[in-house]
Amino acid sequence: MARKSSATAKIVTTGFAWAMALLIFFPILWIVILSFKSEGDAIATPLTMLSAPWTTATYTEVLNRSDYFGFFWNSVILAVGSTLMALLIAIPAAWAMAFQPGPRTKDLLMWMLSTKMMPAVGVMVPMYLLFRDLGLLDTRIGLLIVLTLVNLPIVVWMLYTYFKEIPTEILEASRMDGASLRSEILYVLTPMAVPGIASTLLLNIILAWNEAFWTLRLTTVDAAPLTAFIASYSSPEGLFYAKLSAASTMAIAPIVILGWFSQKQLVRGLTFGAVK
Amino acid sequence: MATAHSRALSRLMISPAVILLLLWMIVPLAMTLWFSTQRYNLLNPANTGFVGFDNYYYFVTNAAFWTSIWNTIALVGGVLIITVFGGIALALLLDQPFFGQGLVRIMVIAPFFVMPTVSALVWQNMFMDPVNGFFAHVARAIGLTPFDFLAHAPLASIILIVAWQWLPFATLILLTALQSLDREQQEAAEMDGANRLQRFVYLTLPHLTRAITVVILIQTIFLLSVYAEILVTTNGGPGTATTTLTYLVYVQSLLNYDVGAGSAGGIIAVILANIVAIFLMRMIGKNLDA
Repeated sequence: MARKSSATAKIVTTGFAWAMALLIFFPILWIVILSFKSEGDAIATPLTMLSAPWTTATYTEVLNRSDYFGFFWNSVILAVGSTLMALLIAIPAAWAMAFQPGPRTKDLLMWMLSTKMMPAVGVMVPMYLLFRDLGLLDTRIGLLIVLTLVNLPIVVWMLYTYFKEIPTEILEASRMDGASLRSEILYVLTPMAVPGIASTLLLNIILAWNEAFWTLRLTTVDAAPLTAFIASYSSPEGLFYAKLSAASTMAIAPIVILGWFSQKQLVRGLTFGAVK
Repeated sequence: MATAHSRALSRLMISPAVILLLLWMIVPLAMTLWFSTQRYNLLNPANTGFVGFDNYYYFVTNAAFWTSIWNTIALVGGVLIITVFGGIALALLLDQPFFGQGLVRIMVIAPFFVMPTVSALVWQNMFMDPVNGFFAHVARAIGLTPFDFLAHAPLASIILIVAWQWLPFATLILLTALQSLDREQQEAAEMDGANRLQRFVYLTLPHLTRAITVVILIQTIFLLSVYAEILVTTNGGPGTATTTLTYLVYVQSLLNYDVGAGSAGGIIAVILANIVAIFLMRMIGKNLDA
């Protein structure tokens, strides 16, 4: 489309696109800036604040005063652990449904998805009481189980949509060439399935990292991840803008960076394959 | 010959997932259903008994119930309107050629990866705070009185916070859908004299219908259970101004210790979510055949 105005149009679009992007990104940019200022400067007017000296003292203070790494490790263990557990359960299921579909496979998939539609609050009371009676409140293992189950339907679905796209002709071809079932799985299917599994892993870690209903309700201290750590700033004492900014930056940085790598999978995973 | 064997094997491979999800869905839900018909207060656990629909009656006639339903509708509706219209506009913009596409996409998508407790607290303190917040500084700089967002427009403020988190999601999905648009068809229509608006209404919009529906349905599912944002900013207040159905169930069962009435509220929430879910499932089910 060679149009006279296209060069001008591109420049105008660039201006608008960058303005919108900066507007949307601004709150994140702002807390990163605030996190490198002192508490006193952080509450000054924006221009005074920006010209104030930069410092990493706030980070040191947050790390010294709170058990940031304790929360961080809980987040890592919960997000990665629940994702791996969900994958362990979901890979065989998705594999069987994609490669050996039966007459009821579709109903089964839809039913799995329907469990995801159930609002957490509908089962909150019994879960809380069950956890209390089983001594699972504020334990990592309890929360690991819940997060695994919460995300299991999404994991099965994502894997299913990826496995479904592996061409089955390739299996027939390798069978003709005399490949055994074992080598078929090992050398033909697995390499083709790895990218799908990796995408699923990435997206699910993000979802589990940011999960903020069960992690807030079922933990207090020992098993509390970063979502709960940040929530503790809702009743602060004294000046806390710089500290909240530093803590927030540390809480979201790993996952925002992971997220940037998984944009494409995000669309597909969160729409259960309905938009690709 | 291999079929009987392999069918047994696939059943074996599927069953762990099915059994776990079955337990996860049925056990707590059955318990909620059971509690909802019981007199059960954690402060007085000895005093129990079957009360039929009394808990439902109590929950529904509670003054906060209709407020919470209205707040839920306003929150879900408000966020949907902002994200769908904003998402379409942004996606159309980002679909044009411009410089720095990669970086712009990264900035636009970022809020979606911010955990709910962070975005709620950052907006509440660094932006909406009437004394030290960014908006207050800007207001004073241009000679206006700073506005106390969360005190005077609490629900609108929470809608803004949640919409900020979900706008990237809507934009990303709509942009993905736009990029699968048939360019040749667009060019043909352009040659036939269709103007920009006509092409948008008759070609682009129908193509986006499916993605828009998916955005609305998926967001509704997640928005119905917005919780952390309310907990850390307003605690459902002032009064019950930001108490949604989800939050009311939490208040009733874990703050008032009334498990019976809380469970009744939980069941009501499940029923409402399922009405939305049925539509979503139908959409996704259709895609499964294609």
